[in-house]
Amino acid sequence: MRSKFKTEYMGRTVVTVVGLMIIAITLLITVFLVQKGAQTFTVLKYSVSQFFTDTKWDPFMSADDPKGSVGALTFIIGSIYVSFLALLFATPFAVACAIFITEISPKYGKKMLQPAVEIFVGIPSVVYGWLGFSVLCPFIAKIFNMPFGGEGLLSAAIVLSVMIFPTITTVAIDSIRNVPSEYKQASYGLGATRLQMIWHTSLPAAKQGILTGIVLGLARAFGEALAVSMVIGNKITIPKNILSRTSTLTTIIANQMGSAPDGTGMADSIWSMGLLLFVISFLFILMIRIIGKEREDKGAEK
Amino acid sequence: MSCKLLVENLNLYYSDIQALKDINMGIDEKKITALIGPSGCGKSTFLKTINRMNDLIPGVRITGKMTLDGEDIYSSSNDVTLLRKRVGMVFQKPNPFPVSIYDNIAYGPRRHGLKNKGRLDEIVEKSLKDSAMWDEVKDKLKKSALSLSGGQQQRLCIARALAVEPEVILLDEPTSALDPISTFKIEDLMQTLKETYTVIIVTHNMQQATRVADKTAFFLLGDLIEYDETEVIFTNPQNPKTLEYVSGHFG
Repeated sequence: MRSKFKTEYMGRTVVTVVGLMIIAITLLITVFLVQKGAQTFTVLKYSVSQFFTDTKWDPFMSADDPKGSVGALTFIIGSIYVSFLALLFATPFAVACAIFITEISPKYGKKMLQPAVEIFVGIPSVVYGWLGFSVLCPFIAKIFNMPFGGEGLLSAAIVLSVMIFPTITTVAIDSIRNVPSEYKQASYGLGATRLQMIWHTSLPAAKQGILTGIVLGLARAFGEALAVSMVIGNKITIPKNILSRTSTLTTIIANQMGSAPDGTGMADSIWSMGLLLFVISFLFILMIRIIGKEREDKGAEK
Repeated sequence: MSCKLLVENLNLYYSDIQALKDINMGIDEKKITALIGPSGCGKSTFLKTINRMNDLIPGVRITGKMTLDGEDIYSSSNDVTLLRKRVGMVFQKPNPFPVSIYDNIAYGPRRHGLKNKGRLDEIVEKSLKDSAMWDEVKDKLKKSALSLSGGQQQRLCIARALAVEPEVILLDEPTSALDPISTFKIEDLMQTLKETYTVIIVTHNMQQATRVADKTAFFLLGDLIEYDETEVIFTNPQNPKTLEYVSGHFG
């Protein structure tokens, strides 16, 4: 009896409990974030539309002085600009790199390039930030003749693009590798050149996987705080051009949390921005699910 | 009878393993030639040397000569994409692209630079008619090719090969994954195809060879053992090994 308990039920029980715990923790975090994030609007009575459409960011910091404004539009726009700019820089490189590794030179790619790409993932973001701050920003400042240093949207987007590049590449490699070799043979058999095969057969067949990689990269870009904060300039204004200093949802949280006593407008609006980031990442995951489902449906059409 | 394809002293090596040994044969124009033999005998390898699909496998080395209408297939001046346009191929497993029926057929012509919509429409219709599929699919050209049955998919692959107007069609066990009715349709189709094209088929199924082929070549362990009229191969073979194989003693 005891041995059966050990071999069968114990393992299952442990795994079930761990699984339930993860679900419970996720739910608790969600409930807590929603409750805290909503306080800005429910308890402190700031308007939701102000949060989303106003650029005036001046929440009160002590309970004696309950006024101010929680307009987070600057950070929302900052996050969107810097993430999509990073995506714009990273995607062509990532897809080209994935094509090289899978189709052009699998031997050299697998041995040298892929490990190199994987190392990128392991570098801590503070190192990226420091490199950006001490190498990239002076360089940008020199090129564009910026007397107060090169921190700004462009520097942040470049640093971020290096950080999300391996994510997109790795996922793209997997999806291009998973394209059935029958498609490639059919393409070659009809007299297609290698480039035509890649462009008209491999890439379309791997499209969903590559899109998933792009969304994952976007999610990572949206969520990165430290490295971005080190090179973006941290000015609370909507960027006027690509070189402007600005802030994002993540950098403002990282920079202001020290001066946000509990119960103040500052603290609660930080919670609200945390909630917003949570909702955005949830939407990204939803997108990945939808893309994945499309792929399954296509495969099941047979 | 003129030889479309002439093979002289052809040897093929996968790294250090010799897969084809000193093959000499001439393949007749507008006939069906069947390549038979047990698994691993080199018949599929031989088929793939004709359109240079073996180029895609690392470590393949070829010596000897193979000429199509007198042009050396393996000379460095020969454009391999042009060769594959002249020598179409249909694979063992139906492999339509996961796009519409129309786009499958148009794939080849488009890669060879055809953009004109009207001309593409004509080619799609003609290819589907030539592969006896037009009536089945004319109303659903925009539908996914993957919605077709296995037998239809294979005929679509034949139509797709025809769309680039080849001269030779290579069939690599085209019916081994299909049911008897689909098999019959494809065998029937082959009889029409040979009026226009030179057809070379690899088959595991000896009855199929007797049903469709004008000439049959028997391969064993990389050697071409015997090559003759199909009737001779199956009723009065000159080599005892051929007799053993066609009478079912091994394979």
